[in-house]
Amino acid sequence: MNAHPFFLGHVWLIPLFPLLTAAAMLFIGRRLNNSAVNALCCGSVFASFIFSVGAFLQLIALPSEERLVTSVLFEWIPALPFHMLNGRLANFVADFGFQIDPLSCVMILIVTGVGFLIHVYSTGYMAHEGGYYRFFGYLNLFMFSMLILVLANNLVMLFVGWEGVGTCSYLLIGFYFHRKSASDAGKKAFIVNRIGDAGFLLGIFLTSALLGTIRFAEIGPALAAGHFAMGDPLLTAIALLFFVGATGKSAQIPLYVWLPDAMEGPTPVSALIHAATMVTAGVYMVTRTNAIYQLAPKAMALVALVGAVTALFAASIGVVQTDIKKVLAYSTVSQLGYMFLACGVGAFTAGIFHLMTHAFFKGLLFLAAGSVIHALSGEQDMRKMGALSKKIPVTYWTMLIATLAIAGIFPFAGFLSKDLILGKAYEKDALLWAIGYFTAGMTAFYMFRLIFMTFHGTSRVDHDVEHHIHESPKSMLIPLLILAGLSIAGGWLSWPEIFGGNSRFVRFLEPVIATTQLARPEPTHGPGSPHGEIYLMLLSEGLVVLGICFAWYLYIKRTELPGKIAKSLGGFYRLVYHKYYVDQLYDALFVNRAKDLGLALGVFDTTVINGVGVNGAGWLTRFISSLSMWWDTWIVDGSIRLGSRIVWLFSYPVRLIQDGLVQSYMLLIVVGLIGFLGYYFYLGHHAVR
Amino acid sequence: MAALNSILFFFLSALAVVSAILMVTRRNIVHGAVYLITTLLATAGIFLLLQAEFLFVVQVILYVGGIMVLFVFVIMLVNLDVSLLRFQFNGQRFVAGVLALALSAQVFLAIWMGRNSLHLPEPAASIAAKNTEAVGDALFQRFMLPFEIASILLLVAMIGAVVMAKRRV
Amino acid sequence: MNATIPTDYYLWLSLALFTIGVIGVLTRRNVIIILMVFSRMWGSVDGQVFAIFVITDAAAEAAVGLGIILAFFRNRETLLADEMDMLKW
Repeated sequence: MNAHPFFLGHVWLIPLFPLLTAAAMLFIGRRLNNSAVNALCCGSVFASFIFSVGAFLQLIALPSEERLVTSVLFEWIPALPFHMLNGRLANFVADFGFQIDPLSCVMILIVTGVGFLIHVYSTGYMAHEGGYYRFFGYLNLFMFSMLILVLANNLVMLFVGWEGVGTCSYLLIGFYFHRKSASDAGKKAFIVNRIGDAGFLLGIFLTSALLGTIRFAEIGPALAAGHFAMGDPLLTAIALLFFVGATGKSAQIPLYVWLPDAMEGPTPVSALIHAATMVTAGVYMVTRTNAIYQLAPKAMALVALVGAVTALFAASIGVVQTDIKKVLAYSTVSQLGYMFLACGVGAFTAGIFHLMTHAFFKGLLFLAAGSVIHALSGEQDMRKMGALSKKIPVTYWTMLIATLAIAGIFPFAGFLSKDLILGKAYEKDALLWAIGYFTAGMTAFYMFRLIFMTFHGTSRVDHDVEHHIHESPKSMLIPLLILAGLSIAGGWLSWPEIFGGNSRFVRFLEPVIATTQLARPEPTHGPGSPHGEIYLMLLSEGLVVLGICFAWYLYIKRTELPGKIAKSLGGFYRLVYHKYYVDQLYDALFVNRAKDLGLALGVFDTTVINGVGVNGAGWLTRFISSLSMWWDTWIVDGSIRLGSRIVWLFSYPVRLIQDGLVQSYMLLIVVGLIGFLGYYFYLGHHAVR
Repeated sequence: MAALNSILFFFLSALAVVSAILMVTRRNIVHGAVYLITTLLATAGIFLLLQAEFLFVVQVILYVGGIMVLFVFVIMLVNLDVSLLRFQFNGQRFVAGVLALALSAQVFLAIWMGRNSLHLPEPAASIAAKNTEAVGDALFQRFMLPFEIASILLLVAMIGAVVMAKRRV
Repeated sequence: MNATIPTDYYLWLSLALFTIGVIGVLTRRNVIIILMVFSRMWGSVDGQVFAIFVITDAAAEAAVGLGIILAFFRNRETLLADEMDMLKW
């Protein structure tokens, strides 16, 4: 591969466009009016989308085996030699490099496409908010980070994007930073993510030490060359560490707690980051490194289990939530669980397929919810909604389409992707399938509960809000419509063979999935026989319809029942309503302990470091200086004064003699005379003798 | 005759000593001056006994007649009343007395030890008869230089005294 | 005739007079008396020519001394030796 075709060779432009406009917002955003901001920020994302489409088209022009294009911009971390675990010498190199293959192509199309629609939506939704340019600047910065993440050709650069989206998530969740709850939610998101990131980093280091490389393209050959056995403990360790990072970023148990709180951010943010793109980074990462996972079946089993349990757990909480966005948040956690379930059972392509359809319908759900909130002047509590279907019809119909998709009604997008996952799960483990199956029923139930409570029944809207109910502007409605279309048709990209399709999407992604001689080749068809697959489909459709009817019964027909059921379930209801008190548990175990540590260190700082160290050093200095002063005064000065005092001792008496009186001088003369005569006597005495 | 010598000598000696003591101890200055005169006269008498007539005359004329008159003039010029009331002897009197007596004792001892070896030469008869001439001879021949110096001294003293005593204008 | 009086008697006399003189000089407060006594000390000197010179000296010194006393008295209004203590640094 020498000269790349234009779009493939200029892949680096795709993240660059939003980066440039983000920088523009940073430097001159303040002085721009809304239209200018719109033109720049939406324009750059659109440009990235065009380039993504171009790259995709040029990629499929290549034969299937050659669909891996790398372009390195520059060597970021130069080669640092080190010793691998097996003693061989290797180089730690991190390029600033991009990799286009089917997987990253799918991701950039989703990110730029859905991202662009959400940008357009935001121009309407945020039109009257303060900090308009700041919002779009952050949004574009996020686009840049996410694109870096999905286009990276090595683990370290992926991590750069990973951290970048985490930062932008923090910035955007806490966009209304005047609200303490918002800034707290931003901090929570970032800190919880950080825990996952620690695991991820350890995984990267271990990968480097074990395999000698961190480039995705080289991991496969390295694994083969290393002759690793299936279930190798180190590989399992790497897989688990990566998964820790994934649970943080993609909100699985136990690090999901930040996602519901993240609803404090503006609704477009929830749509883009916490539904369509950022939270899917974990799924992407696991799929990227599937070669490692496939050699660690225990890790994959754990991934599947955690995914399934999370799906069920989150769905159960979603059933009793009253805030429209919170329902959608728990729904996201639940659907992400499905994606991990898929990866865990080896159906990586199914997981990515569901990622794509989820981006469409979840994004649509959030945007439509935003439209509802906008219509109701900020109301988010479903208990204060109702009978809106006629008043905001476009919003209603698009949201209904999305709900049908998420519930899994044939032939909407969600059905095909979810069904693919359930099929693969059934092949692996009946229990996993059962959990997923039951959860699908719950999903249908609580999503239609949302629809019925929001749009149907009697209006429970506040009186003063009721007068202002209006449909959203076109800038918000058009993205809704486009996403609705995708929610209907998105699944058709991988029309299953049993219905006469050719599973094109799944086949497209196949080269990305590693096939080692030890791993079973991933089947792209359903369980055993075509008949088995149809049975499963009918089973799940049946449960879904049952769920919808149950929801209709409780929320349209006999609306007094939910209250009664809640009362009769008493404690259990309260447990679920309070999200199983997980936040409180974490607070007691970790958060408050960390705060205590901080306080203790603070006390240590004041008393020991300040008291002993600083004040002590001060005291010591003063003490030493007082010693010096003593020495100086008494020894140094003293010796000088001693000299002068000795002189004085001799001179003082002499001075006293001089009193100015003549008579005392004469007395001294007499004394002298006596002395003289005495001397002569003495001499005479001795001379005689 | 010898007995008369001795009597005169002891009388004059006693007079000289007593007058000296009195002079030193009187409160009134004028009294002191009078006693000085008497002691000087007594000393002059002793000179005469020693057949130094010139010296006798000089002593009387110069000392008593000149110097004492000077003294008396000055005494009159300064105010006496105040000092009459005060104590006459100064602070160092005890130490001074002791030391003076010590000095005296030393000289006493010297004289005592050599008392038997002291002899005044017998003056020749001719010299004894012409004392004044002999003195004059000695002064102008052997002691010429000291004589001249003495005269300069007197000149200087005279000028000095005038300068000292003159009232500044 | 002199032989009848031992020579040393004259010396004793001189010594006595000199001693009295010393005591007086050292102990009297009135400067005039001091001066007088000082003069008397010289009177106890023997040897004729020497005595003449001594007398000469005595006269000179008496004159100057009295002049000093007068000047001093005009400045300080005192005749007491205790109060004449300017002869120091």
